[in-house]
Parts: sequence; C-alpha cells; structure tokens
Amino acid sequence: MHTERKNKLFKQSAIWGFIVIELVFFSIAGHFLSVSDKAFMDGANMLLLFKQSAPIGIIALGMTIVMINGNIDLSVGATYALCAIVMLDSMTWPIFAGLGDWVIPVAWLLALGTGMVLGLINGLIVWKTGVDAFIVTLGSMLGFRGLVFMYNGEQPTSHLNWTLVDIAEADLFGIETPTIVFVVFTILIWLLMSKTVHGRNAYAIGDNREAAVNAGIRVGPHMVWNFVLIGFLAALSAVVFYSASGSVNPNDGTLYELWVITAVVLGGTKLTGGSGSVISTFGGVIAIQLLRKGLGHIGADTAMVNLVIGLILIAVLFLDKQLNRKGREELKI
Amino acid sequence: MADERLKSLTSMLARHGILVAFILFMIGFTIANQRFLGLDNVLGVIRSSAILGVMALGVTFVVVSGNLDLSVGSMMSFSTIVVLDLHDKLGPSMAIPAMFAMTMALGAFIGFLVGYLKLNSLIVTLGMLSAIHGLTLTYSGGKNMDIVDKSGTWFSVFGQGAIFGIPVPVLMFGLLAVVLTVILAKTPFGRKVYAVGGNGTAATFSGIPRARVVFMTYIISSFCVATAGLIQASRSLGSQNTVGQGLELDVLAAVILGGASLLGGSGTVFKTVIGVLILGFIQNGLLLVGLQFYVQYVVTWVIIILAVWLDIAAKRGRLWSPIA
Amino acid sequence: MIAQKPALRLEGIVKTFPGVRALDGVSFEVMPGEVHALLGENGAGKSTLMKVLGGIYQPDDGTIFIDEAPVTMGSPLDAKAKGVVFIHQELSLADELSVAENIYLGELPTKSFGRVDWDSLHSNSAAILKRLNCKFTPQTIVGDLSIANKQMVEIARALTVDAKAVIFDEPTASLTDAEKVVLFDIISDLSRQGVGIVYISHRMDEIFTISTKISVLRDGEYRGSLATAETNEDEVTQLMIGRSLDLGQKVEHAQTGKVAIEVRNLSCGSLYHDVSFKVRSGEVVGFYGLVGAGRTEIAETLFGLRNPTDGTIHLDGEEVRIHSPVDAIRHGISLVPEDRKGQGLVLGMNCRDNMTLPQVADLTAGPFVSDGAEIAIFDQYRDKLAIKTPSWRQRVGNLSGGNQQKIVIGKWLSMAPKVLIVDEPTRGIDVGSKSEIHNLIRDLAKQGYAVIVISSEMPEVLRVSDRVVAMFHGEIIREFTSEEVTEDNLVQAISGIRSDKVA
Repeated sequence: MHTERKNKLFKQSAIWGFIVIELVFFSIAGHFLSVSDKAFMDGANMLLLFKQSAPIGIIALGMTIVMINGNIDLSVGATYALCAIVMLDSMTWPIFAGLGDWVIPVAWLLALGTGMVLGLINGLIVWKTGVDAFIVTLGSMLGFRGLVFMYNGEQPTSHLNWTLVDIAEADLFGIETPTIVFVVFTILIWLLMSKTVHGRNAYAIGDNREAAVNAGIRVGPHMVWNFVLIGFLAALSAVVFYSASGSVNPNDGTLYELWVITAVVLGGTKLTGGSGSVISTFGGVIAIQLLRKGLGHIGADTAMVNLVIGLILIAVLFLDKQLNRKGREELKI
Repeated sequence: MADERLKSLTSMLARHGILVAFILFMIGFTIANQRFLGLDNVLGVIRSSAILGVMALGVTFVVVSGNLDLSVGSMMSFSTIVVLDLHDKLGPSMAIPAMFAMTMALGAFIGFLVGYLKLNSLIVTLGMLSAIHGLTLTYSGGKNMDIVDKSGTWFSVFGQGAIFGIPVPVLMFGLLAVVLTVILAKTPFGRKVYAVGGNGTAATFSGIPRARVVFMTYIISSFCVATAGLIQASRSLGSQNTVGQGLELDVLAAVILGGASLLGGSGTVFKTVIGVLILGFIQNGLLLVGLQFYVQYVVTWVIIILAVWLDIAAKRGRLWSPIA
Repeated sequence: MIAQKPALRLEGIVKTFPGVRALDGVSFEVMPGEVHALLGENGAGKSTLMKVLGGIYQPDDGTIFIDEAPVTMGSPLDAKAKGVVFIHQELSLADELSVAENIYLGELPTKSFGRVDWDSLHSNSAAILKRLNCKFTPQTIVGDLSIANKQMVEIARALTVDAKAVIFDEPTASLTDAEKVVLFDIISDLSRQGVGIVYISHRMDEIFTISTKISVLRDGEYRGSLATAETNEDEVTQLMIGRSLDLGQKVEHAQTGKVAIEVRNLSCGSLYHDVSFKVRSGEVVGFYGLVGAGRTEIAETLFGLRNPTDGTIHLDGEEVRIHSPVDAIRHGISLVPEDRKGQGLVLGMNCRDNMTLPQVADLTAGPFVSDGAEIAIFDQYRDKLAIKTPSWRQRVGNLSGGNQQKIVIGKWLSMAPKVLIVDEPTRGIDVGSKSEIHNLIRDLAKQGYAVIVISSEMPEVLRVSDRVVAMFHGEIIREFTSEEVTEDNLVQAISGIRSDKVA
C-alpha cells in the first residue's frame, strides 16, 4: 500500500496509542509519586474523567465539523457563556412563572436556540461577505463576549433549580448525564460525518472547495449549517455544565476556543480542512483530560499541565511533519 | 459621468474605508463630548493603548510574513513577571536586559519551529500560549509578583514617567513605531518579509532565505512583547500571572483592523498603528459618552468585519461573495 | 443522409466584465459525434465561453441550445443535468474521498435521513469505471491515484449522466504519452456513442490527431471554423493570431565557448540517477522528456533546492557544492522555474520589486533600499526584454503570461548569471509571445550565457537548442546534436527505446 495511506492510518490511531502510553505512564509513575493512595486507573476516577471532559469535548465535536469543512470558529467560548446565561436567566422570566418545572426544557430550548442563532450569524457572515472564518469568528468572539457582559454587567448570573441539578447529576449505571450526552453526541456526529451526504460534502468542501462548487454543492448554505451545528453544540455544552453548576460568570468559557482547537488538532484533524475524524477528536479530548488528571495524580500543578500540553501539541505537529517527509531527495522549500 | 464619480468614490471608500470611518468616528465623538480630542485625553488614550500597540507592531511583521502569533499574550505575562521578580533580585539595570534576553529566547524558539522546522504557526503559537503560561506559573510559583519597595525605584519611569509632558509609554510606542515602519517599508529585510508572505515558494526560488526571515519576524515580535512587558511591569510595579491573557486576540484584531491580510504579504506598521488607535479611541469614546467598557467589544466586532469585508469587496469588485 | 441537429449550439453569446468585453457575440456548434477543437490565444475568451457553457457564468446576451432547444445553465449542476459536462484543466477532485464519492460528487445517492446509499454508489461507479477500462476500485481513495488515473475519475464523472456534450479543457497537460493514447481512445469511444466533444488545447499535434473540426476564437470573437482534414497548422495559427508566423524556422546558432557547467554522475534518490552532461557558454542545451522524467529535479538540484545523493557539479572546471539557492546565485546559476505563478513571481508585488528581489540586499543606500537603483535596473531590462507594462508600479499579477515570464527572466539576467536554466519557458503563453521568448533565449546564448532549456514541447526544443538531451525515467537516454536530432528519434528516445538499439 501507499505510504501516504499508511501514514494516515498511523495518524488516526496515534491518538489511542498516546492514551495508552499516558495510562501506563501515570499508573506506574503514580505508584511511586502519587499523592493519594488510590490507583490511577480507578473506575470512579475514569468515570470522573469522562464527565470532566464533556464540556470541552462536546464543543470539540462541533469544531471538528467546522475544521473538516475548512473553517474555524473562535467564538465558541463566548457562545458557551451567552447560552449559559440565557438558560439560567430565562428560568426566572415572569412569562414562564406558571410553568413550574416545565420551565427547564423551555430554558434548554432557548439556550440551544441562542447557540444556533449565534452560529447562524457567524455562518451567514462567512458565506455572504466572503471574509475568512478566522477573522469573522475572531470578531464575534469579542462581540458575543460583549453581549455576555451587556446582559448582566460584570455580575454572575445564577439560578439554582434543584430539579435541574438532579437531572444534570443523574446517572445511568453510574455514568452521569454529561458523559452520556458527550458519548451519544460523539456517535451522532460520527454518523453524520461518515454516513450522510451532508457529512461527505463537508469533507469534499474542506478538501477542494472549488471542486465542490463545480460539482454543484451549495457551499455557502452548507457552511452555514455547520456553523449552526457548532453553535448548537457549544450551547449543548453550556446546558450540560450549567444545569449542574447553576451560576455563570461573564468571563466563563474564555480561552475555551484554544483548548478545543488543541484537542481537535491532537486528534489529527487537519487545519486546512478535508481530513479528520470525530472519533479521533474524542480521543484528543480524553488524552488532554487524562494528561491533566495524570499530572495532578503524580503531584504536578496546573503550571506543569499547561507546559506539557503546549509542548505535546508542538511535538505532535513535529512528528506529523517528519512522517510526511520524503527523505533526502525532498525539495527544500 | 456620475456613474464614474460614484465608482471612484466607492473604490476610494473601500481602499481607505477604515481611515474614513476612523475620522467620522472621531468627529462624532468630538461633537458628543468636547473633551474627546483634548490633548490630555488623546495622550491618555495612546498611553493606555501603548502596551497593546507595541505588541501589535511586532505581530505585524509576523502577519506580513504569512504567519500568526497567538503566544504574545502569555509571553507578555512572562516578561512582566520575570522583570518584576528580577528587579528585586538583580536590580533594575540588570533585570531589564535579562528579561529581554529570556523573552527573546522564547521568540527564537518559536522562530526556529516555524521558520526552520516549517511547522504551522497557528498550532505552534497555540501550543506556546499554553506552554509559556505554564512556564510563568512555574516561575512565579503561582503567586502574584510585586516589587517590595515601590516608591524607591526608578524602574517606574517606563510606565509612569513623562518627558516634556508626554508619557514615556507613548514615547516608546511612537519611537518603536517609527523604527519598525522604516525597517518594514524601507530596508531589504522588510522587502523580504513581504516577499516571503506574498509567496514563500517564489521567495525561496529567488534566493531569499525564507527560514531566516521568518525567524527574524518572531525575534522582532518577542522584542516588542518584552517592551510591552516592561511597560506593564513598570506601570503597576506588581502583577498577576495572567496579566497578558487574551491580549493575543486583541492584538490580532488591531493588526487585521489595520488591513493586514492573514494570508500574508500585505499590511504596514503605520496601518497597524491606526488599527490600535481605532480600538483605543473606540473604547475611550464609548466610556466618555457613558457606556460600559464591554460595549466596545460589540463595536469592535462590527468594525473588524466591516473593515475586512470592504477590503475584500474592493479587491473582488463586488460587495457580496460569489459563493452559491 | 438525414441532416443532423447539433448536439450543442451557442448563438451570439456576449459576456462582459468591468472594463472587458470577454465574449462578443460568439456562435459555435457541436454536432453529435464530432470532436470539435476550440483554439485561441490566452485571453481570447475560451475559458469564459466554457464557463458560460458550464453554468459558472451567466451570459449577458445570446442563447444556448441543446438539441436545438434553448436552455439556460443556472449552475454547474444544472448544466450537467442538461447533458453538458466539463472536464477541468486543473483537476477538480477531493483527494481525501473515495473514487466513487468523487464520481458522484454533489449528487450522492441517498437513503432516508440523508444517508448515503453506498451500495448503489459503488455499483454504479464500478460500472462506469469498467466502461473506461479502469483498473482501480470505486473504494480507492483518490489521493492514492496517479495523475492519469485522477483524470480518468474526472472523465468517469462525465459519464454519470447521459452526456450530450463533453468539454475537455487541456486534458493532456499532465499525461504521459501512453496515457494520452488511452485518453484519445476514450474520446473516440465517446464520439462513436454520439456525444459531441469540445476539445480545448494549445497543442497543435494533438488537435490534428484527435479533432474533426477546429474553431478559433480571437479577442472574444468567433473567427471561423475549419475542417481538420482540409487545413494545416499554418492556416490555424494565422487564424488565431491574425498574422502568419513561422514557428518551424530554426534560429541561427551561435559560436560556443568553453564549458561553463559540467555535471558528473549526479543522482538524487529515485528521481534521477547517474546524470552527466556539459553546457558550454554560448550554447543552448534542450532537455526533452516526459513530465516526471527528472528534468525539473535536476534543475532544482543545480539551483540548490535538492540535495544530490551522489555525483558532482563543476563550474568553469572547478567542483562546487550548492546547498541553497543563495549558493547557486553566488556561483552564477539562475533558474526560471516551470510554475511561473507559484514559484517565479510574488503576484501581489509590483513589477520592479519582483525583478530586483534576489539582489535587493545589494541595492541599498545606507541601510535602505535605493529606489533609484531599483528603477534603473527595472528600466534597463524592461527595454531590453520589451516588457509591456504601464509602469513599474503595476502588480505583476495583472500582466499577461508572456510579460510575466519576461519579468522572471529579467530578474535573473540583471544578476549577470553564467548559467541560465529555463524550465518550460512558454508554458501557458500565447503563440505570439512564444516566438519572442524563443528569440530571446537564442539571443542570450549569443551573448555568451550557457542556457539549459527544459521543455515538453518538441517544436520548442528543436527550435531553440544547439544540443538536445533526451531523458526517460530519471536517466539520460541520449544526447543529440542539432544536426542529428529529428522528431522521430526524439520520440523514440523519450519513450524508453535505448539509443543503441535504435542506432
């Protein structure tokens, strides 16, 4: 087979190899260095890991779609915060006063709808103006954050509803809601990207936009849908997280875009579009969370976590480059 | 005839739209508030924009050469923390060169990765954003950094001093802007930066050492970051670990607002200065008319997109994108 | 015989862009089963016409008829649905997707919930591939295919509908001779099945091999049609450029001096091996071979862009090591690369800055670039090479191909090189500028430069070279002097038939 293909297979499985290495390393290192006496691969610990991965992970699914499509979305952190505010605040609106606990699904829908509208705004601007998605969403990252502040000034927005917390913290065989949502949506988005026409077209557009246009794919509306999707997923992430926490600060979600992109790139999705996989992104998200927890387990602080994640991201890029080299005879460009 | 005139007007608007908008904006706010264009206020705005501005000058080189630098925010936190720490350990006259050396070493590392190893600058600097933040936290042990004797040090001159009534940060920003304008616009190196950003392959085929040029742009960027860190540290004489967090995107916004294309090959230092001032005056103007600081976020959003849109529309000769 | 209706007919098509009347009332028809060559210089309106036909542009005036029924082409997909299919010059495939997905790009068969119907997708694709005699499966990832096979996928795409007319835009640009034969078979097949073919190409030999009719566009206007059997290259050329031009004439060859560059046993991995040759000053050596024969790679090695794995390079009798273009330039080697827009020019920069780029560090007054010195150089070479541009401030991207190429050549001449390597000097350049560039190359040799010309166009090689080196699969098969070289023995050499067997 062609080396290119082999490289690709290797790249797609690399993230799982990385996770295994992390698990082995932290289990052994934890044996000597651990600050707690629990084993690293403790069942409860692993379940917690999935749950903690969920907020970033759910957004990362959307980022994978958008990046495969050849775009990027820097506004997800702000979208996340704004949707959280809408969800928590709408439960106190007088018009919903008569609904009782039925206000919960209404609040959810409002939050999800807000996310989709914000995504729609990004998508329409990208489509209609032809401005690069990087710039459009860099702008709306500021703009949406401005809306967050305008909503409630610099004050946190809080609303505690115990039914809501119960739902958010419910579990099925010990697996909690955030984990279930994360896993279910990973599968759904995987099906979307690999089995449906929309998903296949997303790859085609990211790979060769001109070809897609010439083949009659309506690239503009297609991209808009993907922005709506990532808006929805950012909102979903907010719904999952803030249903449990009940309070949102106007600065919440800052830098999420960078963490999300890190996870997606670690999972092997190409920045230039056309290639990537939702399952690998899932791996990327887990790998990062594992790294955080693992480093914590052996007594390293957040400083070390940041340092290591940054360097690993660069190392992955470097290895990828080396794998694609053609040896000495390569053109030195 | 009228058609011709309309056409030249729109093309002029499209080309210098950002400047026109800026002037209209200034006039509007001057009418709304007499103090707006007063010398004190103008100097105040430039002074408070100086840190962002100095960083944007350096990032302009990186962007013109066709790359990105998302690490400048966390690098600025690093320089601030380092210089504050060394101030009490080595004294200010040693602390400043030591901090510049350390910051520029980080810049050299990024320049090596992007220039010589040809790694994607977005991901490298994203990684470095995180790594440098980790480095800063490790260095400071997670604590805020303060100069012990705040009143007895001449170190405060860079952030708080003034010469002939002009604040030192403004002077530093202005001086650096002039020097870097000349370097980018007038020297062979500047020409090479444009060539590498315009078409890196063609630059290589013309015998331009692309790797070295890219490397140098990151050195310049990190020098500017170190200068910004110096101003920041000197202004507050104490700092959190996260002082520069998020600045990377504001800086990029200013550069884009100045009209530099993210694809590389276009943009000037002067236009970046305009971009910085626009952001600064918007913030100030909105505050003066009694709006909260966060309103500027929304205004900036609209302005960035309009600016880039008009620029693209002028180039393609039609307002709306032709994508179906 | 019954009078046939044209499969496709255009009548009075007009298309204007701001400032340009790209198509000025073009009428043109293709009968079923006809292979109709469309010719014209760059900028004559061929691609605009095809984009109108393919639904990418809407005409300002005029009508398109299919089987004599007027239609409008709203979009590329619309055009395809109406039976007009476009095989693009630049491959228009998504490399990461499978062959089948590419064949049905934009119209994947679906089941419920927008799911792709993989079974029918694969079986339909397999049937089309079989019709084209392709050896690969529908599941193959396109990125793994050779360029020729990718071209097959493009053609397979055309067969998903009941095509009335298929448009080929420079389809052989990246094909080997063997692959060309296959392509021509397919075109003949299609025409036997009653499909009208529009064939756009710059290559006269191909047009006379494959077409039955030739139409010519010039300056956005239709200039007439000729039956291929009843015309010749001169007549067609005359129609294209509006005057007659003797392309066959050989230019006078100059005196040659001493050896300027010698290459001994140079190898570079799998790209080429054991290559040895000499070029004297005042001499033009043509490198002829197929795409991928290793010619460009040798040029890149001499220019410091590839590391040789073995062998030596000698300049004026002394061995030199060239690690980078900077080294090469210092030793007096210059390269005019094959991809003018991608490698030769910074399109966004102005003419002057492009021309002075390699020496900008030396054109200084103090630490600053000297405007005067730059303009002086630009003016000198603008006059010398007769570059047509309103001013040095003009962006290079706005110049014609011929003038762009002259800027690249001027860039290197101003460095006073000893050895000038010109890779595909006239690719994508119209006929008029072509002969100008050929004359220029001969002039340079006369002035004492050692010139290496790499070209895939045989007439070009025959015209400009004092000697011809024929390459095949990374090896030099044979060297010919200008007396012994003929079309026949060149073709034999580059098809891999060893010279010793031929001789």
